[in-house]
Amino acid sequence: MDKQQKMQQLREFAAEIRLETLKVIGSRGFGHVGGSMSMADAMAVLYGEVMNIDPKNPRWEDRDWFVLSKGHGGPVMYATLGLKGYYPMENAYTLNQPGTDFPSHTDRNKTIGVDLTTGSLGQGMSEAVGAALGNKVQGKTSHVFVAVGDGECDEGQIWEAAQFAAHYKLGNLICLVDDNKRQLDGTVEDVMSHGKGIGAKFDAFGWNVINVEDGNDVEQIYDAIQAAYAVTDQPTALILNTKKGKGATFAEPSGAHSSQPTQEQWDEAIAASEAALAEIRGK
Amino acid sequence: MSFTLIGKHEKDSRANRDGYVSAMQEMMAENDKLVHIDCDLMGCINTGKLQKEFPNQTFNAGIAEQNAMGVAAGMAATGLTVFAHSFGCFAARRMFDQAFLSAGYSELPVHVIGSDPGVCAAFNGATHMPFEDCALYMTIPNAVVIDSCDYVQTYSLTKQLAKSANPSYMRLIRKGFTTVYADGSEFEIGKGVTLRDGTDVTIIASGILVDEALKAEEQLAAKGISARVIDMHTWKPLDEELVLKAAKETGAIVTAENHQVSCGLGSAVANVLTQKCLVPQERIGIQNRFGQVGPQDFLMEQYNLTAADIVAAAEKAIARKA
Repeated sequence: MDKQQKMQQLREFAAEIRLETLKVIGSRGFGHVGGSMSMADAMAVLYGEVMNIDPKNPRWEDRDWFVLSKGHGGPVMYATLGLKGYYPMENAYTLNQPGTDFPSHTDRNKTIGVDLTTGSLGQGMSEAVGAALGNKVQGKTSHVFVAVGDGECDEGQIWEAAQFAAHYKLGNLICLVDDNKRQLDGTVEDVMSHGKGIGAKFDAFGWNVINVEDGNDVEQIYDAIQAAYAVTDQPTALILNTKKGKGATFAEPSGAHSSQPTQEQWDEAIAASEAALAEIRGK
Repeated sequence: MSFTLIGKHEKDSRANRDGYVSAMQEMMAENDKLVHIDCDLMGCINTGKLQKEFPNQTFNAGIAEQNAMGVAAGMAATGLTVFAHSFGCFAARRMFDQAFLSAGYSELPVHVIGSDPGVCAAFNGATHMPFEDCALYMTIPNAVVIDSCDYVQTYSLTKQLAKSANPSYMRLIRKGFTTVYADGSEFEIGKGVTLRDGTDVTIIASGILVDEALKAEEQLAAKGISARVIDMHTWKPLDEELVLKAAKETGAIVTAENHQVSCGLGSAVANVLTQKCLVPQERIGIQNRFGQVGPQDFLMEQYNLTAADIVAAAEKAIARKA
């Protein structure tokens, strides 16, 4: 398969992830749509192509790891893992129902395929750093991918973890920053701005930094990860310039953090997402 | 469990921290999946030794405790057995959300070592003096919480913790302690140790208060009062059976701890007594106060943590018997 065919497949996978994410959250009527949808393309690239994984053996010890440090993006992960066959997709539709294994925030002891528990922002970053160091000292050649939000980068723990990862030269760690410009109370610029920029901060902390101009473009994400693989003595931060709520008709214009739209709005969004998937499949 | 009591109220020639370091050295030599993470306090507990001998198993996380705890949990998830150390104040208050979620809730057995418990922080003063470290860890479901008393006990319990699948917190006295046990003594997590038998009252103590309890027993004996002394090194899970046996057989309890009484050993024992065997209890420990700077013996007097205080509490408890 040539690269363009591969990218076409990833675009299709991303559209499938978007549709399932909307349907899963829509089954409850409310949830963190914004930060789930902005991540769909990165999830497609990770689980559709680059990560070395076995859905039938989710804790395979030589696997690549993924940590969703911005744990409220749970639904996009549940959609991705379901589509990959970690569990029947319908299981994810128990999202946030009593006794569910699919809670708002990702949980390693509940959901098959989740490597580490997150929810208290900043903690997943340190956990991922620990996993990268743990794998490295045990001679593994695998990678650990961690996704953090731009709002999450307000947390001091992100930067404690960043300095540690650079100090221990964790070239097996790749951090994807979902730079969607919004946090709960408004724009990142208004609520808590990032000085010279998140990329500049990671650079100052000793990381290899790659800016991905369109963080919702699977090919750009794929190329950036390949470039990151070439750097083995530094962790890499991919700054994904994304749109919060991307592909959700009710959430993309406002970039809302969480949404509780009307049933009509859900129907409209899901129909639009189905149409987007059909269009990609038609190409 | 098998132990030999020395209990002569004499200082040990060794530093207590070396009980931890020696146990880790021996275990690391046999197990390359055992690691130690420190927070720029290797010099304080001698773990520099470990770093020299086992550089791939010993990591300094710098002065960044929250990250250290998260890294510890992540390493545990890859199949490593992880110990993490800081001063008790930072090992509890500063990294607690991480201890609770990244380790506790995630069911990743990180073993946290908190040095300089309570008044042992002495010249580092109030900011470094944790009277609430065990309280915080006791709120984590399934966590093990230990207040160890001397070199031999620290050595033995470190080895036990390495085999435990539960996250844990163990206090580590660095200096200023008294030898209670002879070398070779072995302890079991969750099993208290009856050091002296007695019939009138039971003193349940841990950490630096064990030696004070032994002194108090001698002073009470001189007054014709027969006191039982229990070293309750594990606060959680508490040895309820031993507490109840003492309550039934002696009818009065004194707890003694280097910690807030309202949320530590005293309250844990009270929880058992009020539910299952109501007898008078008096609590020696910190009474709703903050720490302060000073030599350890001065602080023990300031906070009423001495043998004389235990004797007075024992007499009060006995007088309250119905």
